[in-house]
Amino acid sequence: MEERITIAGFGGQGVMAIGQLLTYAGMLENKNVSWLPSYGPEMRGGTANCSVVISSEAVGSPVVVNATSAIIMNKPSMDKFEPTIVEGGKLFVNSSLVDRKSNRDDIEVYYIPANEIANELGNMKVANMVMLGAYIEVTKMVSIESILEGFTKVFGEDKAHLIPLNKEALEKGAESVRNQIAATV
Amino acid sequence: MAKVLMKGNEAVGAAAIEAGCRYFFGYPITPQSELPEYMARELPKVGGVFLQAESEIAAINMVYGAAGAGARVMTSSSSPGISLKQEGISYIAGAELPCLIVNMMRGGPGLGSIQPSQTDYFQATRGGGNGDYRVVVLAPSNVQELVDLIIEGFDIADQYRNPVMILGDGMIGQMMEPVEFKKPKQRELPPKDDWITNGTKGKRKPHIINSLYLAPEELEAHNIKLQEKYRKIRENEVKVESYNIEDADVVIAAYGTTARIVKTAISQLEREGYKVGLIRPITLWPYPYDEFKKINPQCKGILTVEMNTGQMLDDVKIAVEGRFPVYFHGRTGGMVPTPNEIIEKVKRIHGGEM
Repeated sequence: MEERITIAGFGGQGVMAIGQLLTYAGMLENKNVSWLPSYGPEMRGGTANCSVVISSEAVGSPVVVNATSAIIMNKPSMDKFEPTIVEGGKLFVNSSLVDRKSNRDDIEVYYIPANEIANELGNMKVANMVMLGAYIEVTKMVSIESILEGFTKVFGEDKAHLIPLNKEALEKGAESVRNQIAATV
Repeated sequence: MAKVLMKGNEAVGAAAIEAGCRYFFGYPITPQSELPEYMARELPKVGGVFLQAESEIAAINMVYGAAGAGARVMTSSSSPGISLKQEGISYIAGAELPCLIVNMMRGGPGLGSIQPSQTDYFQATRGGGNGDYRVVVLAPSNVQELVDLIIEGFDIADQYRNPVMILGDGMIGQMMEPVEFKKPKQRELPPKDDWITNGTKGKRKPHIINSLYLAPEELEAHNIKLQEKYRKIRENEVKVESYNIEDADVVIAAYGTTARIVKTAISQLEREGYKVGLIRPITLWPYPYDEFKKINPQCKGILTVEMNTGQMLDDVKIAVEGRFPVYFHGRTGGMVPTPNEIIEKVKRIHGGEM
């Protein structure tokens, strides 16, 4: 098993953060993991992305070129990374900010109105966690418990009070994608 | 100790402190600035000293001073900054001082770019400074190995009284992977009391740390002594990872993060039925020349893959001694080779198309 994930969006949407959470959770579940950020000057105000690999074998290239899954937070990232997903791969789209459907018919696509859901939860900053919740619900790559266990490791102990809100965001993301699957069956 | 997820640059700092490094002198430059940041935060907590120097040249000369006083000391930079440190590195090698120098390489020449590269191989292994000197060069391929080599690197430096360079790149500096901190193999380290300049306390003659020998006889003798030390390092310190080279039709030589991309390519090629081996030098100096003697005599060629336009390629040619054709694939300027590019090249070598 090797899952190669691209997570992309605007700088500030928390794409690096959910990448780190996913990586930490994978490590806690004794999988081989790597996290690699884009660190070019384009991060400031432009697009930001990171590569996450979760594997049963030692991780080879940490650079994700052909993703098995992509979490896409904004339109420019959709245009850039939609074509890189392997056949049969999974695409998770933040439909609040991406106003078009996927052009691919050889991949599974999930649309999650992450900003609207985050807004309902009262904090726009958790839109990334909504997307992560949807991803975990579909792929079962790690458990929500592992994500929450890694939360203070990634963000520091002083952010522990934010765990309940983030847990809710993960669950709402999962619920959104469950509803979508139910509607298409 | 349990595994923790750490960014390469921060893992360097944690490993150095674990190894007893208490002094760090540096100057910020992307893509390694998290390392001085980490040291600025963490060294004072263990009674150490972090100092952001006015320049890279000042930083390396502070390393000279601290190493001369017997401290475990480190500096770090990225390519253009390492160029600035070369004079100091030559002096440190000449004065036989132990220290660790970290280079998280970025694209060059000149200011180049901030993206990962391996374009300082020549500078690291052939000496960017003047004189007949050698620096032990360690090239980690993942963050765990980076940690292990930092910890062992301080011991190597102390054992031989020689600078040790960690040659990484922007990718390994920026990426996060799980690490645990393990004790290195026990080395018998020589005492430092008979040469360090830590004050005579009025009880002994001053020790002198110096790289100036005006009498040619003395300088020649000093150089012969250095060469004898380098011979011992060549004999004892070569590190290499090899995979399937006795049976391979094509062998790839690659180091550092590039070797990981090569491993991904090799797994894919094996699924398609190709027999491909790997030689991954972990020490770039001393270079594992002898490893190439174990390659399957029927091997069709050696492919060197680097993030430059062909530098380790020279060492591969020296190692192969004309027994096999040697090919090259490289990307540069911050571009990273993809597994598919490597797969294509291997197939062409295998099919006799190159």
